[in-house]
Amino acid sequence: MTGGPTPLRLALALLGLFPAAAMAADLPSSDPPPGASACSGCHAPAASDGGMAPLDGRPAEDIVASMRGFRSGTLEATVMDRIAKGFTDEETRAIADWYAARGGRDAAAKP
Amino acid sequence: MPRRSRRAVLGSLGGLAAGAAALSLGAPALLAQAPPRVAVVGGGFAGAACAREMKRRDPSLSVMLVEPNARYTACPFSNAVVAGLRELSAQEFGYEGLEKAGITLVRQAALAVEAEARRVRLADGTALGYDRLVLAPGVDMRFDAIPGYDEDAAEAMPHAWKAGAQTLLLRRQLEAMEDGGVVVLSAPANPFRCPPGPYERASLIAHYLKTRKPRSKLILLDAKDAFSKQRLFEAAWAELYPGMIEWVSLSFGGRVTEADPSTRTLVTEFGSHKAQVVNLIPPQRAGRIAEAAGVADRTGWCPIDPVTFESTLVPGVHVIGDAAIAGAMPKSAFAAHAQAKACAGAVLALLGGRPLAEPRLINTCYSLVAPDYGISIAGVYRPSGGLLADIEGAGGTSPRDAPPAFRAREAAYAEAWFRTITGDVFG
Repeated sequence: MTGGPTPLRLALALLGLFPAAAMAADLPSSDPPPGASACSGCHAPAASDGGMAPLDGRPAEDIVASMRGFRSGTLEATVMDRIAKGFTDEETRAIADWYAARGGRDAAAKP
Repeated sequence: MPRRSRRAVLGSLGGLAAGAAALSLGAPALLAQAPPRVAVVGGGFAGAACAREMKRRDPSLSVMLVEPNARYTACPFSNAVVAGLRELSAQEFGYEGLEKAGITLVRQAALAVEAEARRVRLADGTALGYDRLVLAPGVDMRFDAIPGYDEDAAEAMPHAWKAGAQTLLLRRQLEAMEDGGVVVLSAPANPFRCPPGPYERASLIAHYLKTRKPRSKLILLDAKDAFSKQRLFEAAWAELYPGMIEWVSLSFGGRVTEADPSTRTLVTEFGSHKAQVVNLIPPQRAGRIAEAAGVADRTGWCPIDPVTFESTLVPGVHVIGDAAIAGAMPKSAFAAHAQAKACAGAVLALLGGRPLAEPRLINTCYSLVAPDYGISIAGVYRPSGGLLADIEGAGGTSPRDAPPAFRAREAAYAEAWFRTITGDVFG
């Protein structure tokens, strides 16, 4: 239930085998684990002026460590401290793996 | 839990529902190669995000977005337009991005839903067939709730609670007011769209008055005794706008019982208030199609399954955004967007016969108290007891004792959020 990308989708993504028609529009991706899609309210796929840091393609360890830091208060935050407390380490790990596997694919498609 | 409640609904509707299920099972077989069709009614944050997310995740899906307007005017940040800090054009978004993504735009108003036949009736007399329907109708003002306040009265005393012409009308009235004038703002009882919105508006109007018409004041008549981010707002008002905002709670006569647009007077349980500018935000309910579709209950809002967002009243119809009864989640653009994505995943799973995942949802609402002074409230939610419930220990408001740099960062993050979410939905 909290699994990351399906192995087939992930393999296809890594090999760049998605159909060309899909590439022209929004890129498909594997089912996000619970909570992951809610992050996109603030975190865009690509960096922008004054925007929040993108999560796509960011190393999973990095995301997990940040969320731990926000939860414990060792990392300074405005709102992420309040949000991080709503996720367990396991849930965070699944979300982090999913974003890491996206590898900035959407970022490349939407400059 | 979700499966049990759906069975209960099917069971209670008996033969009718079974017949509808049989029909919908038959349809894909007849169409052989045709992809599943999902119709989404309403092109706001909820509907447009849901359509976009479904198409993103399954490009083979046929996704139709039913929306009569060519452009969407976003509410978040429209209080800055009221206060002259921003232009309305910064709030407007077209649907070209959705069309490019392969979504079919149906530029029609939806008038009714024939849930058994799985069809939406459109204003031009045609019907749109679907396998699953998502309703995202937002809110309608209840023009029957306050005697004297109907659609015509809103031309004299704007609500400005749907961004667009009403927003500009309120702004023009403020601009036309003489220094020393009184502005009255009336906030409704819960639930309503954007719980911190009236207080952000009071703040930014006070900012305008302080800058341009410093002898003026604002009276905030409230049909409640408490409101969202109250301590933060009240501390900021005392600091930034001393003596300019008078909040009148329910217990002190804040509830408006009658409106007289000809004299711009509001009557409350304790007396009456005549003002140069009256901004009356009336009680609301789910957008009209919700009632026509049978998904709204006696409250005027739509009960849903918290895992799938499927109506507990009409099978096959999902309701997201402000129209839905989403438990602890507020009626905000952020919440609508998060619900849209969770609902998209559930619809795809249901169409594909895959297991449903229990969602986790987030909300973050920023409010501007001044252009460089932002505050926020956040929450994380999960299904519990048939509703979306707060995850204990998470969420809450900005700290009460933060330095100005913290408030300035939240104001900047508010703008960044708006750019990101509108880019995600309409870009």
